[in-house]
Amino acid sequence: MSSDLDPHVDVHGDVSVDRLALAEEFTGSQAGGAGATAPADAAEYALRLGDDALVLAQQLGMWITRAPELEEDVALGNIGLDLIGHARSLLHYAGTATGRSEDDLAYWRDEPEWRNAWLFEQPNGDFAHTIARQLVASVYLFELYGALTASTDPTLAAIAAKAVKEVDYHRDHATQWVLRLAGGTDESRRRMSVAVADTWPYIDELFVDDELVERLADAGVAVLPSTLRPRFDTVIDEVLAEAELEPPTGRTAFIASGGGRRGIHTEHLGPILAEMQVLARAHRGASW
Amino acid sequence: MTAPADLSVASREQHGDEAAQALFDDVIARDSRIEPRDWMPEGYRKTLIRQISQHAHSEIIGMQPESNWITRAPSLKRKAILMAKVQDEAGHGLYLYSAAQTLGISREEMMQQLIEGRARYSSIFNYPTPTWADMGAIGWLVDGAAICNQVPLCRCSYGPYGRAMVRICKEESFHQRQGFEILLELMQGTEAQREMAQDAVNRWYWPSLMMFGPPDDESPNSAQSMAWNIKRFSNDELRQRFVGMLVPQAEVLGVTLPDPNLAWNEEAGRYDMSEIDWDEFHEVLAGRGPANAERVRRRREAHEEGAWVREAATAYAAKQAARAAEASGAVA
Repeated sequence: MSSDLDPHVDVHGDVSVDRLALAEEFTGSQAGGAGATAPADAAEYALRLGDDALVLAQQLGMWITRAPELEEDVALGNIGLDLIGHARSLLHYAGTATGRSEDDLAYWRDEPEWRNAWLFEQPNGDFAHTIARQLVASVYLFELYGALTASTDPTLAAIAAKAVKEVDYHRDHATQWVLRLAGGTDESRRRMSVAVADTWPYIDELFVDDELVERLADAGVAVLPSTLRPRFDTVIDEVLAEAELEPPTGRTAFIASGGGRRGIHTEHLGPILAEMQVLARAHRGASW
Repeated sequence: MTAPADLSVASREQHGDEAAQALFDDVIARDSRIEPRDWMPEGYRKTLIRQISQHAHSEIIGMQPESNWITRAPSLKRKAILMAKVQDEAGHGLYLYSAAQTLGISREEMMQQLIEGRARYSSIFNYPTPTWADMGAIGWLVDGAAICNQVPLCRCSYGPYGRAMVRICKEESFHQRQGFEILLELMQGTEAQREMAQDAVNRWYWPSLMMFGPPDDESPNSAQSMAWNIKRFSNDELRQRFVGMLVPQAEVLGVTLPDPNLAWNEEAGRYDMSEIDWDEFHEVLAGRGPANAERVRRRREAHEEGAWVREAATAYAAKQAARAAEASGAVA
């Protein structure tokens, strides 16, 4: 009987210890840019993008086992996984400028050194808040990565080319849920409206130009955030119109001042980083 | 032969239940597969519903001990792998619920059984994961034991279950490798990391051996399941095979398996080992394990807190369908 078992073990469950190769997406994070060293400005820019992706991924990871249905455990996990992939590529590239690894940047920087925009550190809230944040984030990232595929920096262009396809799916996922929640029950519609109102103050920061992006845009490396705004507004307006939700723009008294790109953050980032970094920091110099 | 050519309901109506039973027995004897629309004995159906739904619940509850470390994984590579693994488990739960649904039970009913504490799932997931090394030990020991249990299920006589298992086993194999790799990295690391790894192996070794179920002479359902080609090997056979797989791997890792009596018995052709603490097994099975209540509570909370979302999706789909019907009516 055991001879009968063997071939099946070999076919489906080979656990021999000399074969530890992991899927490519887990081992390397160097989309198209293996070996390239980032110039200082491009590194700072990659850090902004990488931090956006990582902080959002970290938050989506909190949903796993807590999602409203199993399909959403899978979907939110999948989106988080894509974002970690983007973050790893971007942080790896950012780190090449200063000889730091993706993990040095993820685990050993304190809050003022983080460059993510405030949107990404806003809490998960209920499912409607997570979806509102996902809608804004993925529509923004889709426009951004789409434009960056033409970057003169080949590493950024390669990362963007891979990421844009993935955030296109994220955009679709968020849009479908906005429509369902807005057009579902009275309760879901109420929650979706609240979530949109709560999320909207964090949009403006995404489209602020500063000296760094102006220099990089002149060189064709980066795209000026302000130039992405019209297309972003068009797409978002279409979604809200179909969902029959009122765009809160112009009505909300509060617009977040932002400052994430300069290391100024809301109260939410500290606890997110504390949780993410706690184990790594308890074992300085260890590898995992 | 003039007996019915197949196990379809029509054929049964034509030839009667006895003929259907004979044909079912013949399919089993030929080691062929039963499919959802075939006639099957009620006991076979019930056994499969119980086993497949328990298996699905195990995948879903089994996400929790590992999701505990997603946010704290110590490197981005590990975070990505862990997230992918937990996501795979959700996917496995989904295939398995679908396989159980082909036997006439709804997912809602199964979920309700789970959150009301009426359904069982693998007791192993009622142990807590206090350290990162638990991610390694779960992969290496728990997923390793699951593979030993599940690979023969790829040949289960019930088609949808067997096919789901083929896909699941491929992914489990990756899960076990990543667990082994976590432990290997820890064992090659600092003193604190090595201690963490050994401690986790100490805590998970015995519970992983219990995953194969009670000893053969105390396993009430095994004989019938083996006769139906649902189960292929006895609990003790699989447990022996698992230990045989672990011993050389433990040597490579440099961890000690926490059983001073573990030794190869040349004469008997098997491993000698200490008696398993079946009292602990029965305690955990009875719901008094370290994390039973916590696991069910988390699932219930997720289900209840998500109710408004599922209701919204249902309401939206109904409105869309009504709109589509109205539109097609208008066209006609």
